[in-house]
Amino acid sequence: MKSLDLTSEARMSVEMNGFPAKSDPLPVKNGKKPSTNGHTLNAEIHQNGTLPTPKRAKESFEQVPIYTAIMTYLGFYILMFLGYVNQMFFSPKVARETNREGYTPLYDQFERFYLRYVYRRVKDCWNKPISSVPGAEVVVKERVTHDYGWTFEFTGRETKCLNLGSYNYLGFAESTGKCADDCIKVVEDKHGLGPCSSRHEYGTTEIVQNLEALTAEFLGVEAAVVFGMGFATNALNIPTLLSKGCLVVSDEKNHASLILGLRLSGATCKVFKHNNMKHLEKLLREAVLNGQPDTGLDWRKIVIFVEGIYSMEGSIVHLPEIIALKKKYKAYLYLDEAHSIGALGPRGRGVTDYYGLNPKDVDILMGTFTKSFGSAGGYIAGSKEIVDFIRVNSHAACYASAMSPPVAQQIITSMSIIMGRDGTSEGLRRITQLARNTRYFRRRLHQMGVIIYGSDDSPVIPLLVYLFSKIGAVVRTLADRKIATVGVGFPATPLMEGRIRFCLSAAHTKEQLDYALDTINEIADELGLKYSKKPRDPNPILYETDDLSGVE
Amino acid sequence: MDILEPMYTLVFTELVPSFHVHLQVLLGLLVLWVLFKKSEKPGRPGKAGKSELDIINDWKPEPLVTPVPAKHRGLNAPVTKNQIAQHITVNGVKCLNFATNNYLALVNQQEIDDVAVAAIRKYGVGSCGPRGFFGTVDVHLELEEKLAQFMRTEAAVVYSYGFSTIASAIPAYAKRGDICFVDEAVNFSIQQGLVASRSHIKYFKHNDMMHLEQLLSEQAVLDRKNPKKAAKTRKFLIVEGLYNKTGEMCPLPEIVDLKNRHKVRLFIDESISFGTLGDTGRGITEYYNIPIEEIDLVMSSMEGSLGSIGGFCVGTTFVVEHQVLSGLGYCFSASLPPLLTVGATAALNLMDGNPDLVKELNEKCDQLHRLLHKSETLARYFRISGCRLSPVKHLFPLELKSGTENELQKIVDLCLQDGVALAVPAFQLNDVKFQTPSIRLTVNSKLEAQDMSKCLSTLEKTVIATFKPTSTS
Ligand SMILES: Cc1ncc(COP(=O)(O)O)c(C=O)c1O
Repeated sequence: MKSLDLTSEARMSVEMNGFPAKSDPLPVKNGKKPSTNGHTLNAEIHQNGTLPTPKRAKESFEQVPIYTAIMTYLGFYILMFLGYVNQMFFSPKVARETNREGYTPLYDQFERFYLRYVYRRVKDCWNKPISSVPGAEVVVKERVTHDYGWTFEFTGRETKCLNLGSYNYLGFAESTGKCADDCIKVVEDKHGLGPCSSRHEYGTTEIVQNLEALTAEFLGVEAAVVFGMGFATNALNIPTLLSKGCLVVSDEKNHASLILGLRLSGATCKVFKHNNMKHLEKLLREAVLNGQPDTGLDWRKIVIFVEGIYSMEGSIVHLPEIIALKKKYKAYLYLDEAHSIGALGPRGRGVTDYYGLNPKDVDILMGTFTKSFGSAGGYIAGSKEIVDFIRVNSHAACYASAMSPPVAQQIITSMSIIMGRDGTSEGLRRITQLARNTRYFRRRLHQMGVIIYGSDDSPVIPLLVYLFSKIGAVVRTLADRKIATVGVGFPATPLMEGRIRFCLSAAHTKEQLDYALDTINEIADELGLKYSKKPRDPNPILYETDDLSGVE
Repeated sequence: MDILEPMYTLVFTELVPSFHVHLQVLLGLLVLWVLFKKSEKPGRPGKAGKSELDIINDWKPEPLVTPVPAKHRGLNAPVTKNQIAQHITVNGVKCLNFATNNYLALVNQQEIDDVAVAAIRKYGVGSCGPRGFFGTVDVHLELEEKLAQFMRTEAAVVYSYGFSTIASAIPAYAKRGDICFVDEAVNFSIQQGLVASRSHIKYFKHNDMMHLEQLLSEQAVLDRKNPKKAAKTRKFLIVEGLYNKTGEMCPLPEIVDLKNRHKVRLFIDESISFGTLGDTGRGITEYYNIPIEEIDLVMSSMEGSLGSIGGFCVGTTFVVEHQVLSGLGYCFSASLPPLLTVGATAALNLMDGNPDLVKELNEKCDQLHRLLHKSETLARYFRISGCRLSPVKHLFPLELKSGTENELQKIVDLCLQDGVALAVPAFQLNDVKFQTPSIRLTVNSKLEAQDMSKCLSTLEKTVIATFKPTSTS
């Protein structure tokens, strides 16, 4: 398993992509002027019917080559078949239940089979334990398995890897510096780790109140309320906003926490194709014209649910069109900025900042502190009326623990730095560095001829490898070369679209990115990942620089 | 051994193309789609003759939210600080803490704060990823190992939020079509887990074993009629060790007996009983001396006795490991920040190393229990709920009027001014059962005898001051 011989496939894909690279028709902007996300965009005209067509960074998407598609399905079925045979002969102790004779089996047959006999073959690629800050580099603890993934043991060895896996967009995962110092001070001042109480009872602390005020200011809205977990921010607040007779129009790639919140709410849910504005408009139009299916009554309200950056697609929401649609059809808009807050926009203030839109055009701004702020928790922000409603009705405010004070302090300090409140340009430097890293990394991947998805300005970069078996191969090979990445496959993505995901950070230097890119280039040849049929840029890709911070 | 290894190597390396199968499947799907494609709906009542534009212009959605009263407690919660030993500072006043779930008074213990600081210096604050994606820090594995060992089970999983632990664990197993027998006094996180599972829910009366047995027997009759369906329907019994809403213990021996006779799986939420019941704080199973193997899944938050944030589940590897891939809150959320993780581990080590901690708490719970039951003033207005060893005691008003909840809140506010922090439990409207307002007293192990008498005298005084005028008028 470890030493994969993929040479025949590799050869094939080289043949498929082996035509000489032509010059890129798009202008390559490697200019000298300082730039941040949302400023220097390769504008591309989008055909969106009557909708406004704002300037937007180029988005990449390519169809799966037909041969690869067939191979992917076939490979998967053979894996399933082998798993099935394997299951008949081999079922270790952990796979059996004791003392529960006569009970209905706890798991569905297929689910259990899939996890035990298909997923197990690549199980080692996930849940890898670390023992350091998840910064630009991360220390990964080595594990071995002697029974093909049923159990793991530590070897005691630790490897420092370049970290392309953590959501540390602005590099605030740090154990030294102002953030860490401030948090330690909060612990030392006896604010406690956990409040042991909910917001409605005794969990409201001054630190949390300060965080809420700062968050509202950062986002440019009237008010904000924060919660101890981003996932729960969705799952425990969405049900208070919706009920039966309400319609939700939700992007197909929405995160599990949004979907759970919607399921708990009892509202009717319609799903539109990912970032497809025509489909969204069709659903909105039909909803307003046709009303509720059984009664023909008007919907009580219609709410659109989207994310800022989609974490598996690397795409940026088409917000200007969505705001136009929402106004046209009088729908409300709930925007989950888990990955985009901090990571997008010239001031790091998310998608609205990126597009230069008024944040007040979004009814509910939701986001998490787990990513760009290097902390934990989530917020809901918007008008005072909406935030007060959430404060009163939120399941989380009533029953769940309030936020931990040191965790809240990390957000206050990192957000202040992003806002320049610390009196330095450190925040701006990080935002700029992330934007440059993103464009550099994406351009070079394009030039290599691998297929990547998403917007040119998105620091989340999925690299398509398609085959289920290749996910494991790429993750392992990169790990051998000391690069930590994550793979995503069925069922988290469509069966056809297995991928490797890179998350860039402001903490990465150009040298680190170059190392990663060179390694990926070698592996892409070895494992046959250069699926792209698009013309490649023959010119060397330069890293943008300026005098602002002396970044090379 | 894996005899199929060579075959796997083959699939992972070389494949044989043949796609007619897919073609056939596709064709089949196409035919189905054409057959079942919906025809356009006829016109709607009241909209006849209207143009599309008119309908859109006429449509008036409800507002996204309705205004909330400015006086609501959710907008006026007290501001707290420095929860240390038996005290908590509320709105700037140092109060006796009869309000937070800090049962073992471990919040702000120096040992715990020290390891938290060390964790920030080593790991930073956030983990920047879910458990699957480099969010598994060695300290998570240590905590899980320690929890499993402490609870004498095979395996443990740790979540980053107490509420989501329980609300995710239940739907990881219970699915559409399954049946859950549930005590009607269960907390809201269990209820949300049940809604997410889409199972059939059968509530039995709070701690009423006759009613539970009746429901189980009724189900057994149905099962005998349709054994095929029964063989596919999973059945769960979901209870709390100590009920947050009533302070009562579940009658575990009877429950285990019923569970075994009817072959239902037993899940227990020990958010309150963990660290407070049993000689060494191992919860309700230790209290009743019932082997933990009888329980299919023990779930608990770490926001009580352990004084941190997050939650955990323990049980056999066969059961627990499933959540690593199916617990929504486990898979799709960043892992617990390392500093909170080591905080919980340190608290657990303290608990494990000093069984006196739990004994001390038990004594304090017992003391308050006796004090409350001795009070004639309280007996005149309240029914006292909560078993002797429960750290959670409720005072349910004997007489319920529309303004009762406000009166209770007034009592609590007055006590707060006198330096005693109590709570009126917060409820949501869609919390299905047991919404009776009450005053809740929460015990922690550092409360002294004089603290309890102060609490009681303050409470009696304010109760009389609040209820007297209304009862005479
Ligand atoms: C879109 C989205 N919403 C919510 C969350 C959950 O956030 P947290 O990790 O803070 O629980 C995530 C995390 O992955 C996410 O991607």
